Parts: sequence; C-alpha cells; structure tokens
Amino acid sequence: MSEAVKVAIIGSGPAGLSAASRAGQLGMSHVLLEKTDHLSDTIFKYQKGKRVLATPERLDLRSDCRFAEGAREFILGNWDEDAANNKVNVAYHADVVEVTGQKGDFAIKTAKGDVYRAENIVLAIGTQGNPNRLRCEGFDLPHIIYQVDDPEDFKDKHITVVGSGDAGIENALGVAEEALENTVTILNRSKDFARAKAKNVSDMMDAGENGLLSIRTETQPKKVEPGWLMLETPDGEEKIPCDVIVARLGSVAPRGFVESMGIEFTGPDREAFPKLSPTFESTVPGIFVIGALAGYPLIKHCMNQGYDVVEFINGNTSLTPADEKDLAAIFAGLPQQKSVSEWLDYLRERVRIFADVSPLQMREFMLDSKVAFYRKGEVVFEKGEPGSSLFAIADGHAEVEVGPDITVPIEQGSIFGEVGLISGRKRGATIRAGADAIFVEVSRTAALKLMAAVPGAKRVINRISLERQLLQIFKGGLTVEDLAPVVDEAEVIRVPAGKVVIQEGDAGDDVYVIRSGSMVVEKDIGGKPIFLRYLPAGSYFGEMAVLNDEPRNATVKAAVGSEVIKLTGAGFKAMLAARPQVRAATEAAVAERAQMNSFIESRKASYSSAVDLYSDTASFIMKEGLGEATDALLIDENLCVGCDNCEKACADSHEGLSRLDREAGKTFAHLHVPTSCRHCEHPHCMADCPPNVIHRGPDGEVFMEPGCIGCGNCMRNCPYGVIRMEAAPPPKPGLLSWLLLGKGPGPGEPSPKWTKKQLGDEKPKKIAVKCDMCKGLAGGPACVRACPTGAAIRVSPEEFLSIARLDEATD
Amino acid sequence: MASIFRRRRNRATQTERVRERQHEGFLRYAGFRWAKISGALGLIVIVSYALIDVTPRHNGGSWYGYTLGTIGALLILWLTALGYRKRKMTSDYWSLKAWTSAHVYLGLSLIVIGTWHTGFQLGWNVHTLAWALMMLVILSGLYGVVVYATLPQALSNNRDQMTQMQMLEAIRAFDRQLHSAAQPLSPADTAPVLASLDENPFAGGIGARLSGRYPRCATAAALSALAASHGSAPEAREKVVGLLRQKQAALARLRAHLRIRALLEIWLYVHVPLTFALIAALSAHIISVFFYW
Ligand SMILES: Cc1cc2nc3c(=O)[nH]c(=O)nc-3n(C[C@H](O)[C@H](O)[C@H](O)COP(=O)(O)OP(=O)(O)OC[C@H]3O[C@@H](n4cnc5c(N)ncnc54)[C@H](O)[C@@H]3O)c2cc1C
Ligand code: HEM
Ligand code: SF4
Ligand code: SF4
Ligand code: SF4
Repeated sequence: MSEAVKVAIIGSGPAGLSAASRAGQLGMSHVLLEKTDHLSDTIFKYQKGKRVLATPERLDLRSDCRFAEGAREFILGNWDEDAANNKVNVAYHADVVEVTGQKGDFAIKTAKGDVYRAENIVLAIGTQGNPNRLRCEGFDLPHIIYQVDDPEDFKDKHITVVGSGDAGIENALGVAEEALENTVTILNRSKDFARAKAKNVSDMMDAGENGLLSIRTETQPKKVEPGWLMLETPDGEEKIPCDVIVARLGSVAPRGFVESMGIEFTGPDREAFPKLSPTFESTVPGIFVIGALAGYPLIKHCMNQGYDVVEFINGNTSLTPADEKDLAAIFAGLPQQKSVSEWLDYLRERVRIFADVSPLQMREFMLDSKVAFYRKGEVVFEKGEPGSSLFAIADGHAEVEVGPDITVPIEQGSIFGEVGLISGRKRGATIRAGADAIFVEVSRTAALKLMAAVPGAKRVINRISLERQLLQIFKGGLTVEDLAPVVDEAEVIRVPAGKVVIQEGDAGDDVYVIRSGSMVVEKDIGGKPIFLRYLPAGSYFGEMAVLNDEPRNATVKAAVGSEVIKLTGAGFKAMLAARPQVRAATEAAVAERAQMNSFIESRKASYSSAVDLYSDTASFIMKEGLGEATDALLIDENLCVGCDNCEKACADSHEGLSRLDREAGKTFAHLHVPTSCRHCEHPHCMADCPPNVIHRGPDGEVFMEPGCIGCGNCMRNCPYGVIRMEAAPPPKPGLLSWLLLGKGPGPGEPSPKWTKKQLGDEKPKKIAVKCDMCKGLAGGPACVRACPTGAAIRVSPEEFLSIARLDEATD
Repeated sequence: MASIFRRRRNRATQTERVRERQHEGFLRYAGFRWAKISGALGLIVIVSYALIDVTPRHNGGSWYGYTLGTIGALLILWLTALGYRKRKMTSDYWSLKAWTSAHVYLGLSLIVIGTWHTGFQLGWNVHTLAWALMMLVILSGLYGVVVYATLPQALSNNRDQMTQMQMLEAIRAFDRQLHSAAQPLSPADTAPVLASLDENPFAGGIGARLSGRYPRCATAAALSALAASHGSAPEAREKVVGLLRQKQAALARLRAHLRIRALLEIWLYVHVPLTFALIAALSAHIISVFFYW
C-alpha cells in the first residue's frame, strides 16, 4: 500500500493527462492510473496516421499539454514529452476495478491487486468501456484481439471473427478483402444476424456467396489453441486452423463501474451522464468526473476540464471557465447588459424547462443555443419551414397563427417549436413575437440531451408537445383546457417497425396520434392486403371507429420504428361532444378518408393488377426504410440509361466527390432506390457526432457543416450506408480544357488513380461526405437536374405514394 | 421577362421546384411541349413554303431560303451545345431532361427546316454534303431515342439489383473456387480450366461486345471439354463442371450487361463525330455561299 496522494486520476486520456499535468505543475501529490501500457488508449487506437482535429476552433486550449490539429502519432508523441516535462507520475497496467472510502481517504484497487490511497479522485475513463472477452477455454491466449486497426496488417492468415454485430461484420469484410488472401470465418451463435445493419448483413452474405469468407451460424468457439480453434457446431465439434481470432462481442459500458462507486446518473437512458456540480464534482463528494464520461467528447474540452478540475481541487474558486468568452458572445446581442452568470441565472429562473438544470449543464446547453431579441410582430419561423430546434420564451410572449386571423398566445416561460424537435418534420404554424421578446433557440441535439439529462424538462416538453400536436390537428376551436382530460390519460407507446397498431375488423375505439415515425394503412381486399395510405408523423388514426361505433375498417401498422400517443375513445368522444365545430371538422376528415378508401376499392375491382402494383410498390418502398425518409432519390429504371450523369453532376457540384451510388441499392418493378441520403425524419447519423456538425437545413436537408473530425460515427450510425469517409480530390482542369485539349480526368469523380498521382505522398484528411440536397445551389439537386431522361427524381414518400399515382396507372 | 423569372424563383424554394411527384420521361416532358412546338414549326415551314411565291423558284439562295438556312444553322449550333450543357454543372436552375426533350424534337424539325431550305435542289456538292450529314446525325439521333426508350428495362432486368462490380466479383469468386476444385484433375482436364481462369471478362472486342456472342469463350470451351472428358475422377470433374456452369451464367449476365450498355452508348460515337463533320461541312457550305455567289 502506498502513501496517500492529494488526487488520484483514473484514465490517461486527454482529460486525465491534462489533469495530471496540472497537478504536476502545481507540485500537488498525485498519481495517474492507466490500465494499458501507454497513455491515452482511445487515441492510441485510432487508425494509423489519422488526422486528429482540434474543434471547436473558437475555444482556447487551457492545458499544460500541447494540442493542435495533427497526425495521431505527432499528438501522442507530444503528450509523452509533456507528461515527462510536467513530472506526471504515471502508473501503467493499473486497471482500476474498485473504489471505496470517502473524501479524504479513498482506496483504489486495481486488477493486479495494488491499492492506491487518495484524498480526491478524478475519474476520466472515457466511454469506451471494456470489450467483452471470449468465455471458452484458452480465452487468454495472445492471438485473440479485440479490434482490427488496419486490415492490411493481416495477410495470408486463417482468421476467425467471433461476433456478428456490425463491428464483427465490418472487420470480417475488411480482412476478407481479396488481395489480402486471408481465409476468413465469421461465427454467429444464433441463426440470423439480427443485431447488425441490413446493409452489412447483405454485404457479408454477398461476400459469403462469392467465397470470400465462410459464414457459420449456430456455431461458437469451444476451445482456443495456438494455430487452431475448436468449434461447437450444430453437428458436433469441429477443429479449424486459426492464426488470429478477432473477438467483437460488444463492450461493457463504464456506467456500471461508475455507479458502483455510488455516483448517480441523470436518468436511466443511454444518453444520461453522471450528475455533476459546476466544479465537476459527482454526487459522491471528492470524486470528480471529466472528459467523455462527463459528456464532453471533444479532446479540447477534455483537456480544459482536466486543467480546471485540478485547479478547483487546489482551492482555486476564481477560475473562469474557458468557455466564458463564447458564452459572452452568445449573450452579446441582447438589449440588457448582464454578466454571463447573471444571464444563466435569469434563464434558469424564467424558463420552465431550465428550472432543474444545473449551472454546469446550463453552460453546456447555452453553447449549443442562440439567444435573440425579437421586436413585436417579428416572425420567428414560418409554417412549412423545416426546422428542428426548440424555442423557449425568456421574456415577452409569442403568438401562433393557428388559422387565418386566429392566433393563440404562448406565455413567458413556455416553449414552442417542439413539434419539429420530436417529429423532425416541417414547422406546423407561423410564430411571431407577441411583444418585444427574448427567445432562446436550443438545437435539436442539445434539446435531446437536455431531455435525457433533466427528467423535469422531459416531462414539460412531452406534455406541451402533445397538447400542441392535438391543437394543431383539430385546428383552432379547442383550448388547452378542453384537452386536459385527454392529455392526462394519454399514453406514449413505442411501436417497432412492422408492428400492427390496429387490426381491421377488431373492436376498439382508441385514437392514436403519430408522435414520431410513420404508419401505413392497409385493407384486406380480395384476400390481399392493399396499401391505402401513408401516414407521416403528426397525423392521427383510429377516429373512424369512435365516430361510427363500428369495428376497425383497416389495419394500421408502423412503417418504421415509431412512437404513437394513445388517447382513449371515451376521452376523445367527450372532447368532441364539448366542441361541436371540432366534431364537424373531424367528421369531414373522416368522410374524405372513407371516400379515398372506397375509390381504391372500386379501382381494385376493375383494375386489379394496377392496384396490386401500387400496393406492392408501396410495400417495397416501406421495406427499404423510406417510411422515415423526408426526401429520397428514386430512379425509374424504365428510363435510366445508365449514363451516370447524376453521379458526375453530384461530384462536380461538390468538391469532386459523388454522394450517391446509382447502381447500388434495391429495385422493384423497375423502381430503384439508389444509395443516397434520404434525409431521415430522425437522422440516425446525428445521434453521436462529437463536434455536433450534422444539422437539418432550411430545405429539410440533413447536412454537415465544416468541422467534421472524421471519427466515422455517423457512417456507422446511418442504417442506409450513404455516408462515405473520403478526402476531397485536388481540383481538376476546367471542362473546356478537357473537351478541347483532353486535359484532366473529365467530368465526375476522378479515379482514385488520378487523385493518387496528383497528390503523391500527401495524405489528406478523410471526413464524412454525404448528400446535402445540394444546399446552397440556386438550382436545387444537381443529380435530378442533370439526368437527361427524367429517370431520377427526389421525392418524399407521401408525395410519391399519393393517390395520383394510382389514378394515373388506372386511367 | 425579368419579372417572369423572378416570379418563378419566388414560387417555392429551389429544392421544392426540382422535386417531382412522379417520373416523367424526356419524351413526355411537360405534356409533349417540344413535340408540339417543333410540329408547329414544321407545319409553318411546309405551309409557308407552299404559299409564298419566290421567283424564280424556291432555293437556298432566296430570302426565304436564307431565313430557313439561318434558323437551321443556329439550331444545329444549339443542338450541339447539349454536349456542353450535359457536363457543365452550373448551379443555377436548368433541367437536362428539358434540354434533351427540346433537343430531340427540335432536332427532328430540322428534317423539314433543312430539307425545305434546299428547295429540294440536291446534287454532288458541299451543300448537299452538309444536308446529308445533317440527315445522318438526325438518323443516328433517332436510333438513340429508340434505344433510350427500349433498352433501360432490359438493362434493369438483366442486372437484377447487382452492380457491375458485383458481377465481376461473382466471376472472380467462381474463379477462386475453380482454382482449388481443379487441383485433383488430370493435366489434360486442368488446361481448359486454367484457360478459363485466365480469361479476361472484358476481352472480346467491339463485335463481341455489341452482339453478346463470344465464340472463343474459354469458359464455354472448358465446359464442353470437361463434359466430354473421361480423364479425371468423376466426382472432382462433376464439381468443376458445376462451377463452370455457374461461372458461365455469371459471365452471361455480365456480357448481357456490357452489351446493353454498349448499345446505349455506341450511337453517340456516331452522333457526335458526325456532328463535328456536319459543323465543318456547314461552315464550308456557308463560306462558299457567301464567297461564290
Ligand atoms: C475514431 C475516433 C476519432 C476521433 N477523432 C477526434 C478528433 O479528431 N478530435 C476530437 O476532438 N475528438 C475525437 N474523438 C473523440 C475523442 O477521442 C474522445 O472523446 C476523447 O479521447 C475522450 O477523452 P477522455 O480523456 O475523456 O477519455 P479517453 O480518451 O477515452 O481515455 C480514457 C483512458 O482511461 C483508461 N481507462 C479506462 N478505464 C480504466 C480503468 N478502469 N482504470 C484505469 N484506466 C482506465 C483507458 O485505457 C484510456 O486510456 C474521436 C473518437 C473516435 C472513436
Ligand atoms: C443536326 C442535328 C443534331 C445535332 C447537331 C445533335 C448533336 C448532339 C450532340 C452534340 C449531343 C451530345 C452528346 C454527348 O455529349 O453525349 C447529342 C446528344 C443527343 N442527341 Fe442529338 N443532335 C442532333 C439531332 C438529334 C435528333 C434529331 C435526335 C433524336 C431524334 C437526337 C437525339 C439525341 C439524344 C437522345 C442525345 C443524348 C442525350 C444524352 O444522353 O445526354 N439528336 N446530340
Ligand atoms: S445519412 Fe443516413 S441516417 Fe442520416 S439522414 Fe441520410 S439516410 Fe438518414
Ligand atoms: S441532391 Fe445534390 S448532394 Fe444530394 S445526391 Fe443529388 S447531387 Fe448529390
Ligand atoms: S443521370 Fe439519369 S439516366 Fe443517367 S444514370 Fe443517372 S438516373 Fe440514369
């Protein structure tokens, strides 16, 4: 057992290292505990030569270690030097497994059995966690690895990949690359590959059919020996040659470990973080949490926090946070003059959703937000505008235009714009400032974080958004008071894709509102389910049965994973009874739907095959995941001559890289869904972008602003495989010099060969590249404009599946 | 004029404007707008030709002939500009589909404009050469429209959701399997299999590419050789024959793919060079008219 130190820092990533360096500089007794044999394991594991980016640019670095954009090797080299210069006391191979004791006397136990004593602990273990290990005999042999840095490291080897999630499949495909001449086997314990993305599974199946790798289902490792692997298969045991085992069995998130110390999290969701004070202290006094684990994934933030936290522990109370300047800039445009902390308190006092937010969280949210002053009557946003941010009213009030010349006020302290936040669709109404006002605009990502971190905020937002959605659907004529009984009983239900919500012929009178996702309505006609309608988020269904007390006359099921709000039929009826004009409007809507249903039924009688085709096309489109698209590229292969001018146009309109792959993708009845961004209602790609650069733009496009750090998270998160990690090729000679003089590679994306020749040894940084719907180009999507035959169009599913399509087909 | 454009621009955001609900091919574009325009143009030319009395007779040199000639020459230059428009990705609003639609129908109207411009005086001279080249360009264009209208479906059916890369990859995978499966075969049986492995799926020349017939296909040869052979162990041979059959099918798909793509493109290698020949002849025609009347 060693001497107690003032602070023990667990984890030597940018956060922990920076903290230890500050302690070293201050001459504070400390120890830096790192489980591996090198510093900063997360960055150590980046691909060789990867450029590490130093975003956000505006933020100043405050650390005793150096950090600026550069290659991984360069940065790690600097840090090794800095650690030595700052007299950091590192203990390697110190995998902390248990923390006991309290402030002033913590005991920290490592896997090896060493115990360190410390007065304070800084927890900076990042979010990578520990990979799950094989559980069979021989699990500790050295040829079992848990990640593949570079597939090229493996040549002419027998490789077995264990685990059939995305990571396993991607690794297997990487090492199965033909030129490497490896013999690759992938094992899956169960029959199917339910945990992986469809695209990965189909790529793997293709590779399997092409003999590049062998796929063995219902098979698991039994015993590992050098050079061999014993398998347990459905037909008994089998021994295969095996030089390397890649185990991709997922990892245990560090949360359990953190909670075992008694540290509380903000909520049960995956997005939750440890609860922290403004000085990064957790709910256990003396344990401080910083870095990615605290919810700050960018290296610069990590390093600044490392510095700050040690200053706080050292008793420095006057330290202003490094982001002070950025926050000051956010408040600079407002009429009143207040200091940053006064502004933060002002907002927390006056806005309901900020009431439970801690000062530290408040700083974080404000950095992702804007605050602006609006004059009375000024438009905040217009109906039909895309937008997904949330507005909160700090001062004054807002007015919603619910109908022609009908406005409804929203009072100070409340919010608006929450529909876009939840459903990701266009704004449902125009909003103006009702008086001179101050509104806070919180970006969608920050708002989602807020909801995950602060349960109080989540409740308020959910309730308000349901009320508003209902008000929106029943256009005026209703008040929040009318809704109260319905809303009180409402229940939010998650529906996985394909699940039936109401079944044709069943009794029942509940009414459903689609909160997010989308539904398809089908009716059994002549023994076959016929597609009637696509319902995007914000629509409602089930109201027919309430009005006419008959069984359900159609089946409604989820097109994609969705959330619906269930309202009881009785509550709904009571509400309609109280407001006759709302009842009339609802009846009119029902009549219109009924008319459309009977139109399709009548067509089915006379033009059966056309209706079947319409219906099958709709099912195909839904199966391809277009149910969550807001704008997708569709190619009519009756018209496409395969000239690839669409791809060329895309490349030539954007830094020389095409954002669509025309040939790839599925086809049904000559309707082809190429690999190209669909601008999802809830973009999966946005979920985990460390610098938060993926946004939804004014035309509904999901795009990336500059600042991508090339981590590849969005590429892995997009279920449709439309994001590429690529470096822009160098500029090429103009069109005329190609046409007349044959200079350069010609229109379209230059071949990798040409690019390589131009660049020589230079390796430009690869960043995420995806369709931005030709944002900023006056003419709109270039792929569509450049198609000579009219084969390529961009549409939303509801437009494409409109009744006009059937009408045309049967006329 | 300016105000019309401004109104168009304000109508909706740009993206919305490029959006279409349904697919509409270039031939049907805007309810056959350009077919109607150029039909009307042709009709006007034919009727006015009959009505207007030019002395001594209709020919290219009358005022009427000059008018048609000027229209025709300008039209040819504009039609040629399609090649530039197709590749120049300016960011303003234009639709290549609309351009192609206009190109096709206005191009066809040249049959009337050009021919009636001659006053039906054809002979063995540079003037008639220009006319003949124009007709050839138009003819090749017509072929192009026919293949554009008929072949895409076949291309789509044949590829069956596979990309060209995947087709090649499939063939390579069979090659790899053949390579190991052929090990136990006798030397006499191995030779044709090796020849099949060495075969480049893209080889065969333009004739084979367009016809889709590859008489010297090494895979087909290997297949018939092994089917007839009695040399090696029957099991090993069976396996190789099976693989060869699969490879043959994969090759057939790739070849059909390449064939249809070639048919969709080959005519442009006639259409475009003839266009340049036409422009050369046209220039000669115009210069000679102005210098030697
Ligand atoms: C591929 C990729 C690319 C990225 N690119 C960038 C970029 O360009 N720019 C940028 O700003 N950010 C980037 N990021 C994000 C950034 O790398 C991380 O968010 C950052 O490293 C987090 O720092 P940290 O100090 O909190 O934790 P980490 O860097 O994760 O460090 C945690 C350390 O703790 C150790 N540890 C864990 N558990 C224990 C334990 N129980 N006992 C002892 N030690 C333990 C680990 O071995 C590790 O060394 C990228 C992330 C990835 C995955
Ligand atoms: C004298 C008249 C014509 C001239 C000078 C002309 C010239 C051209 C040129 C230069 C191109 C561009 C090719 C490329 O760059 O890819 C082109 C394309 C084309 N032309 Fe013509 N053309 C003429 C008449 C016609 C006619 C009459 C038709 C049809 C009936 C036609 C159909 C087409 C088609 C379908 C294309 C291909 C469009 C594309 O794929 O982008 N052309 N023509
Ligand atoms: S990149 Fe993928 S997840 Fe993101 S919007 Fe496009 S299709 Fe959806
Ligand atoms: S809309 Fe623009 S960015 Fe998107 S695929 Fe088409 S050309 Fe590329
Ligand atoms: S531009 Fe149009 S015709 Fe050409 S490949 Fe693309 S979709 Fe097909």
